[in-house]
Amino acid sequence: MSDFSDLYQDLILDHQKNPRNFGELSGANHHADGFNPLCGDKIALDLKVNGEGVIEDVKFKGSGCAISKASASMMTVALKGKKAEEAEKMFHQFHDMVMGKEGAKTGELGKLKVFAGVRDYPARVKCASLAWHTMEAALHDQKDVVSTDDGVAP
Amino acid sequence: MKTKLRVKPKPAPKTTVFNVEKLRKDFPLLRQKVHGKPLVYLDNAATTQKPLVVIETLEKFYKEYNSNIHRGLHLLSEKATAAYEAVRIKAQAFVNAADPREIIFTRGTTEGINLVAQTWGRQNVGAGDEILVTTMEHHSNIVPWQMLCGEKGAILKVVPIHDDGELDMEALAKLLTPKTKLLAITHVSNALGTINPIADIVRLAHSKGARVLVDGAQAAPHLAVDVRALDCDFYVLSGHKIYGPTGIGILYGKYQLLDSMPPYQGGGDMIASVTFEKTLYKKPPYKFEAGTPNIADTIGLGAALDYITKTGLDNIAGHEQDLLAYGTKKLSEISGLKLVGTASHKAGVLSFTLGEIHPHDIGTILDRQGVAIRAGHHCAQPVMDRYGIPATARASLALYNTRGEIDALTKGIRKVLEVLG
Repeated sequence: MSDFSDLYQDLILDHQKNPRNFGELSGANHHADGFNPLCGDKIALDLKVNGEGVIEDVKFKGSGCAISKASASMMTVALKGKKAEEAEKMFHQFHDMVMGKEGAKTGELGKLKVFAGVRDYPARVKCASLAWHTMEAALHDQKDVVSTDDGVAP
Repeated sequence: MKTKLRVKPKPAPKTTVFNVEKLRKDFPLLRQKVHGKPLVYLDNAATTQKPLVVIETLEKFYKEYNSNIHRGLHLLSEKATAAYEAVRIKAQAFVNAADPREIIFTRGTTEGINLVAQTWGRQNVGAGDEILVTTMEHHSNIVPWQMLCGEKGAILKVVPIHDDGELDMEALAKLLTPKTKLLAITHVSNALGTINPIADIVRLAHSKGARVLVDGAQAAPHLAVDVRALDCDFYVLSGHKIYGPTGIGILYGKYQLLDSMPPYQGGGDMIASVTFEKTLYKKPPYKFEAGTPNIADTIGLGAALDYITKTGLDNIAGHEQDLLAYGTKKLSEISGLKLVGTASHKAGVLSFTLGEIHPHDIGTILDRQGVAIRAGHHCAQPVMDRYGIPATARASLALYNTRGEIDALTKGIRKVLEVLG
């Protein structure tokens, strides 16, 4: 199975099979929904951000492909305890990494770097980035459902 | 004295032996490798590849006689006009229409359906009237009717399907009432492969006074279409799914209906005379072909129709039915694989799910092994909802596919299970 280990890394498969922080968060004060109508990937994301702007807790619910589920699960793990502005920085670094942007910085990403392989699968960038765009929308209290498959730019 | 009409004897039926390996050589694109593996193209319900003769026909048009039609008095325009109109005759023969004036060139199936909705529909459908569609329709045979119903205060009703993907004929009989103005139904389902018994359905609908539009996009590549035997009122299809170029399609309509309908778009080439006070329209088909049409692709479609006729739709159907049976058997042997759409009469489509594995992950892993399939809802979300699934993986067949390619698909699916199972 070595041909696919660049994309389907063990850590990704583990999170896909056993998603962390799965469910609804009571006491959440930010929420957003993501939906990619073309493939049917869905995510509902709850965040609890305290007075100091720190993400105290985060949970997600949803369904979709291995990449979208694992991305959402690993994101929730990475976000806990981070300040909102740190989360935004991670969002941008993650986005640049999966888009294969030249000279992309990954200093804040830690384990999330396992998603670097996605850049070689252009059709799957939207799967990996849906959770992150939904998180960004939740932080900004956007009411519109987020989508990354509208074909312009993921 | 009676003079005997001299009729050209019909050419003897072609007895060409169907040789798939030989036919594959007609399709230059199939020779390539993707991701280092030989291409196995099984996304034919999305679009088919083009034989060299179609590509060369397009090239010849642009190199040798590109010009506008129906207006120039010069040689090139006469040549282009003759080539364009010759395709109308070929299309007439392809669907067995009674009259070439019953053939209208469109951008594709979607435009054909929208044309009927916006002309016949706006003229004939009013508040409280009903339009019937089925659960297995492609979005393009749902949304135009929804839009029309919204505008007119008419009601859209849906004929359900059984678990195997066959139409619920009893429900259809009940849903057809004197209020039903139109039944819009697919000939072959793009997501399930079901072949609907259109002739029976049309008879039933006509007995209740309803008109019938048939979406033939997925039928035309796989079976011989005979609009007179079906007795449907409208039949629409796309050129690019029958080995022709994109951007060109055929709308068949019964002449009297077409003649009674208002025009679709206004512009040049569809008028008999124009003053600022009053414009007189041409008769069908030109009434519905405003502006400079897609001349090159129409002529390209003609080459595709010739190619299919030469190969023989019966030969194509026989070959594809063999592949379908072989594929059904091979895929059924994979544990966890569930075929979606198991009607007794099917054409060209193997739609499936694989346990909890998302079709997009299946699509990605197959792609890296050279196997191109479609993963998603296939523009048929109500079908997916009917089965309670977000998507399926779909392998769809064409005349150039082989048993070896079905084996490559099967091997690829086993790899998916190895990686993600």
